[in-house]
Amino acid sequence: MVAKPLVPPAGPEPVMRVTAVTKRYGERTVLDVERLDVLKGEVLALMGPSGSGKTTLLRILATLETPTTGQVSLDGAAWGPPNGAAGPVSPARLLAWRRRVTYVGQNPVLFSGTVFDNVNLPLAIRCRVGPGARAAVEEMLERVGLAALAAARTASLSAGEAQRVALARALVSRPDVLLLDEPTANLDPANVAVIEKTLIEAVEMWRPAVVLVTHNLFQARRLGRRTGLIVGGRLIELGETEAVFSYPQDARTASFVKGEMVF
Amino acid sequence: MALTSISWSELGAIIALSLLVSGTAVLLASATGVPLGAFLGLSRFRGRATIVRVIYTLMGLPPTVAGLAVYMILRGGGPLGEYGLLFTPAAMVIAQWVLVTPIVIGLVTGAVESRDRRFRETSVSLGATDWQTRFLVLREARPAVFAAIAAGLGRAMAEVGAVVLVGGNIRWKTRVMTTAILLETRRGNFDQALILGGVLLAIGFLINSFVHRLQTGKG
Ligand SMILES: Nc1ncnc2c1ncn2[C@@H]1O[C@H](COP(=O)(O)OP(=O)(O)OP(=O)(O)O)[C@@H](O)[C@H]1O
Ligand SMILES: [Mg+2]
Repeated sequence: MVAKPLVPPAGPEPVMRVTAVTKRYGERTVLDVERLDVLKGEVLALMGPSGSGKTTLLRILATLETPTTGQVSLDGAAWGPPNGAAGPVSPARLLAWRRRVTYVGQNPVLFSGTVFDNVNLPLAIRCRVGPGARAAVEEMLERVGLAALAAARTASLSAGEAQRVALARALVSRPDVLLLDEPTANLDPANVAVIEKTLIEAVEMWRPAVVLVTHNLFQARRLGRRTGLIVGGRLIELGETEAVFSYPQDARTASFVKGEMVF
Repeated sequence: MALTSISWSELGAIIALSLLVSGTAVLLASATGVPLGAFLGLSRFRGRATIVRVIYTLMGLPPTVAGLAVYMILRGGGPLGEYGLLFTPAAMVIAQWVLVTPIVIGLVTGAVESRDRRFRETSVSLGATDWQTRFLVLREARPAVFAAIAAGLGRAMAEVGAVVLVGGNIRWKTRVMTTAILLETRRGNFDQALILGGVLLAIGFLINSFVHRLQTGKG
């Protein structure tokens, strides 16, 4: 079998690089990724069966979970387990990482208060206040179609609205890396369309790298410049989206993209 | 309806003393219990689980046991006997403070802990510093803190065992609503006992309405 080119040919530089990362819970290895580059300005769609380790990978990229071995680097600055090659990382560097990398979990968590307050929060956290910040929040609310609900309390929102608030909040600080865990799961087509449109606009505006975990094959095809498939904690396929769907290298990918893979 | 053994002015004094004693005790319990509960809810250290378990146990402390402990400390010859506090409102405040503080600590700890699990990660991944994260978690717990204080006040107003032991139910001096109910019932003055009981319930209702407004109005 021909070795798969996991790293695409020279082109955009990687913002994030995953090197030999594993994650174990007790005896069980739930993630084992040899190499993964996330490129500036791309949408990388990650798919895989339930329990395959997608969320675990995103949470590691967000530094919410520490890998058992290996390291992740952000623009060359490495982070990993304290006893690993990257060594212990200072809280200040972790904070700097988290200010550039934003994660939106499978179930978005909104703070009590208004929609505006929530979207404004990342700016307030960065001590960005005043008319500029206000305008940035309002623009983002406009983009996700929630301008009319700026003063609404988050407790009263529908699931789709809540998901859009979470996306607006993640985008407002213009992160370099955006990690989205199934942002449109269980949403109706109208909400899905708004979220996808907002994402595409963001990528065009400041070219963040987006890692998008999705169960939706069509969404991966619509948004992903590249698509990866994780099965049993391993990245078994990674390439240009059309290539992955049309000429999968791995037999498991072939059955997955045909919708046959059942676990 | 005429009150046969309690005049209206005495009734007023009894209600006022109840509010003063329980209010002061809860104020002190909040001043100590809210910060401690916030700290326990936010931090993870060795021995924390044991401390929390002890506090949860103390939440169910029988008022008579709290009263007895304070009695032993304040009585003549006790560690604080020289101040002559026994059978004064101050002793009642201390006893209720002992009773209510674990309730405030325990309820605040639980509330902050559950908010911490839910909101810490979100806050951290939005780029918040440790202190900003603590602030955001505590802000989410605010309504539950009001509820904890209200629960403490309810407990203080309703208990009789501690205040009767260390206060002595002395007329015009340390008689509060619950001890007065006790006495009037024993004397067979059920009218008065019932009136006092009704007033106690009404005060509880007012407190809860106020807390409910705090919780829903500006959460
Ligand atoms: N804290 C944990 N302790 C033990 N096992 C865990 C923990 N977190 C995740 N796992 C296990 O790791 C595996 C991968 O989980 P993960 O959440 O990454 O899957 P996923 O690909 O996101 O699945 P889904 O599509 O259902 O969201 C699962 O088998 C899960 O049970
Ligand atoms: Mg998942």
